[in-house]
Amino acid sequence: MTTPRVPDHIRLGMTDDEYQIIVEILGREPLDAELAMYSVMWSEHCSYKSSRTHLARFTSDQPWVVVGPGENAGVVDLGDGWLAALRIESHNHPTYVEPYQGAATGVGGILRDIFTMGARPVALWDPLRFGPLDEPHNRYLFEGAVSGIAGYGNAVGVPTLGGEVEFADRFSKNPLVNVMALGILKREQLVLSAASGEGNLAILLGNATGRDGIGGASILASASFEEGDEEKRPSVQVGDPFEEKKLIEACLELYDRGLVVAIQDLGAAGISCATSEIAGNGGMGMEVDLDKVHLREGDMTPGEILMSESQERMLAVVTPENEADVLAVARKWEIDASTIGVITRGPDLVVYSKGELVCEVPAASLADDAPRYDRPSQRPGYLDEAWAEEPQIPIGLDAGDVLRTLLDDPAIGDRSWIFRQYDHMLFLNTVIAPGHDGSLLRIKGTKKGVAVSTDGDSLRIYLDPRRGSARIVFESALNVAVTGAAPYALVDNLNFGNPEVPGVMWQFIESVEGLAWACEELDVPVVGGNVSFYNQTDGVDIYPSPVVGMLGFCDPMPEHPPRLDRAREDMTVWLVGEDARHDFAASAYDRIINNNLGGRPVDVDGGEARRVIAAAVMLAYETPLLHDISIGGLAVALAEISIISGVGMTIEGVSGRELFDETPLRFIAVTHADRLDTDEPHRRIGTIGGNTLDFGEAGVLSVAEATDIWRNALSGRMAGRSTESTQRSPDA
Amino acid sequence: MTIAVIVYPGTNCEHDIVHALDLAGADSELVWHRDTDLAGADGIVLPGGFAHGDYLRTGAIARFSPIMEAIAQLAHEGVPTIGVCNGFQILCEAGLLPGAFVANRGLKFICAPTHVRVESIDSVLTRGAYIGQVLRLPLNSYEGNYVADDINKIESEGDVTLRYCNAGGSIDVSANPNGSTNSIAAVASTSRNVVGIMPHPERACEEILGSSDGMVLLEGFIASTEMPLS
Amino acid sequence: MTYSFVVSIARKPGLSDPEGTTTHKALNDLGFAGVTHVAFGRTISVSLDAVSLDAARTQVEAMCEKLLANPVMETYAIEATP
Repeated sequence: MTTPRVPDHIRLGMTDDEYQIIVEILGREPLDAELAMYSVMWSEHCSYKSSRTHLARFTSDQPWVVVGPGENAGVVDLGDGWLAALRIESHNHPTYVEPYQGAATGVGGILRDIFTMGARPVALWDPLRFGPLDEPHNRYLFEGAVSGIAGYGNAVGVPTLGGEVEFADRFSKNPLVNVMALGILKREQLVLSAASGEGNLAILLGNATGRDGIGGASILASASFEEGDEEKRPSVQVGDPFEEKKLIEACLELYDRGLVVAIQDLGAAGISCATSEIAGNGGMGMEVDLDKVHLREGDMTPGEILMSESQERMLAVVTPENEADVLAVARKWEIDASTIGVITRGPDLVVYSKGELVCEVPAASLADDAPRYDRPSQRPGYLDEAWAEEPQIPIGLDAGDVLRTLLDDPAIGDRSWIFRQYDHMLFLNTVIAPGHDGSLLRIKGTKKGVAVSTDGDSLRIYLDPRRGSARIVFESALNVAVTGAAPYALVDNLNFGNPEVPGVMWQFIESVEGLAWACEELDVPVVGGNVSFYNQTDGVDIYPSPVVGMLGFCDPMPEHPPRLDRAREDMTVWLVGEDARHDFAASAYDRIINNNLGGRPVDVDGGEARRVIAAAVMLAYETPLLHDISIGGLAVALAEISIISGVGMTIEGVSGRELFDETPLRFIAVTHADRLDTDEPHRRIGTIGGNTLDFGEAGVLSVAEATDIWRNALSGRMAGRSTESTQRSPDA
Repeated sequence: MTIAVIVYPGTNCEHDIVHALDLAGADSELVWHRDTDLAGADGIVLPGGFAHGDYLRTGAIARFSPIMEAIAQLAHEGVPTIGVCNGFQILCEAGLLPGAFVANRGLKFICAPTHVRVESIDSVLTRGAYIGQVLRLPLNSYEGNYVADDINKIESEGDVTLRYCNAGGSIDVSANPNGSTNSIAAVASTSRNVVGIMPHPERACEEILGSSDGMVLLEGFIASTEMPLS
Repeated sequence: MTYSFVVSIARKPGLSDPEGTTTHKALNDLGFAGVTHVAFGRTISVSLDAVSLDAARTQVEAMCEKLLANPVMETYAIEATP
């Protein structure tokens, strides 16, 4: 029996219309390798064809933005010649296929984006979303991903300073692994990815090229999974942090010595993407000889060499005079290098293999001429129903009992099971370590500090994409503010379902609107981002999960930035911010105690956000302890203070309901003084002391018990795995 | 007076060591593993990291680096030589210190502060400390679990320099983070001028980083480079 | 009856093997010039009670598929040992 032959472009995931555009650009039918290149470069993952129209909504014209979206990483000015480079990416689908390597190669990829800019990567953060941990397979995936992040990040020598985590059913078959990286550099080290200079040479540095993930990342990230759809799961990419470490050091030396004109990392679509982008960005062309590429396997076809996604490779453009020096630096750091191409006046990218022409296309067309889609969107039907499901919160709830349950939630309890596996101290910059609202790093040799918080809130965003998305921006801003850093720049990773579903597209557009509005209110530029669509498995779309990474900046850094372990007997506890407004939609109380997901999150006011965040920054310079109120409300925030400081507190005049209310833009201050120096609304709610969390009439819980529950919430679940739990289900 | 800080491909704590030595007032110089000359070095540090990716066995490939011959020679001449974390592993593989390392008891990487108790003060690393002194030092390793087939000899000759302990200084199983034999965190050579330490003293060199307890060790080491052990 | 097996797990051909590559280079550095290939894998010894060698082998195969190897990136070979 024969099946009718499916046209190549359809097999490669292109539409007939897209194929016609290629024919028009080339004035002929594409060669095999050319078609493969267009198919990957024009995939959703590489071209942002469904999102580009909407991403224009983000602004980044603030004067401190040095490099905005579009380059490998955003870059902002920290003054006195110091710059910060930041970027966020996702590695969702690869992680589901092979959690360790999927997460590990995600770390490797983002680091290359940072040192491509000339910056030394100094820190990583990993926002994670997985299915509930009572499912053995979810534990297997989660454990593998965390090990992969640790295994790669620790060995490559870049500290991982935290992240955040959510567990929910819709992530079971589509976990989300996002990774954010930060680099620090001096202005003169900045390198861009635009080739110039006819006759300059393109040198491929790093790993040998093999059959890794041919079409992998891009095809995987651009199509939904179906049960048993094995062909779409090509070979797994294996990360080599050792090679990456050598590559980082070699590239930094190249920059230091001024030996490169431009540089580009190799990610999705490998050589074809890197050569076309670096040439196209500079308005140039390139002639490439594939016979010069150092290969891991001898028998690769030109298409495979062009499309290979072998990890840990960079493409540098150098002048012919510097070629010998560049190759010598590569030899010194014990990495392979080969001169594979020469810059031409353009505009074509011309590729030869064994003397034969395999590709001749306008370099810029691969990156720039991809179609853009304004896909139909429609407000999904679930919203009205969900909004009607108003959370029911009893007036006379027992706060002690509720806290017992909430502290046992793995996304609320102690997350040190994760970050103890990450080297979070390397480089001696870590002033506020993981386990706080935001991480704070010093910049050695200056008084400057940078803070980072990554935040998402998929369930609340599901209930209101616009309000929910705005709130994660404010949340991350407040998280960096309580370390003393003012919000300064943002990157976002937009994880959504299938954009061809109008309801998903609506979520996406609303979410972008919310994020963009909140950033404008705070005058924070969006300097980069990533869109991950098609997070859909077996027809189920994930919860809409934008994740933001906020960079905060302070100069000078507070001498003693607030920490959660600083509460002492007799200190005063203050609640700062407007009164709670009965915000229980997607709250921990409603989700965990009521097992409900409904209602509509409250709106937020931009002016209020600015004031509260500014107040937190001011107070951070003189207050021993500040803590943002978020998941689980005031009660969980207070419990965390008691647990981490090891001392109880007596809270007065706060009702049980108010304790679990998640109204945003509020924080706790703990001070020695009997007044709090801020113009924001604030009230004294209690005193530190004793060994219980005493909420008066609302309830009581001993610090020892709270600590025990909190410490075991995640680690207990992960340690309690039976042998059965490590089983890999057959569909993995 | 210069301290040579050895850099293998994959080493990553070299700049941190240089920073901490600088704070303690010592000059240091990075030396690439392919070099063969350590003339003029008054002290040697093998920093932490993942030399050669920790592939095959931690330190197994690094021990054959060209620089190792010079290190061995100076170490035998009495030059103060310390290995931190991965550096400790390399010194063991190279036979300059007894013992070896296996994966942590919990089979997980551990990055966390630990307490260690000073067990002997006759080594180049601990000469500035006092017996029983408790130091808070960060641990950062996957293969930090020390094993030795001649453990009785190591113990009876007083080679154990530091042991993991709780904050109060007592030694028990719960205060042993990685399962190390006899809670061993640091070991000295018979001549006391070569010391391997699993936790990172350079990560505890400033209060703003959470502890400055590592300085007493690094200062002792620096003093040894100026004035050899008697 | 107890049967014993050695399961050898190897990375699928074509996948990169950083440990193998790095060790290969180190062997060359040490003067072992003729080395043409170094690959890493794992071996696992398994003994189990079963009614026959075939039944035991079938079980070990199931173990490989389910837990011992990751079929996405690894192959396995099962050898009975005395």
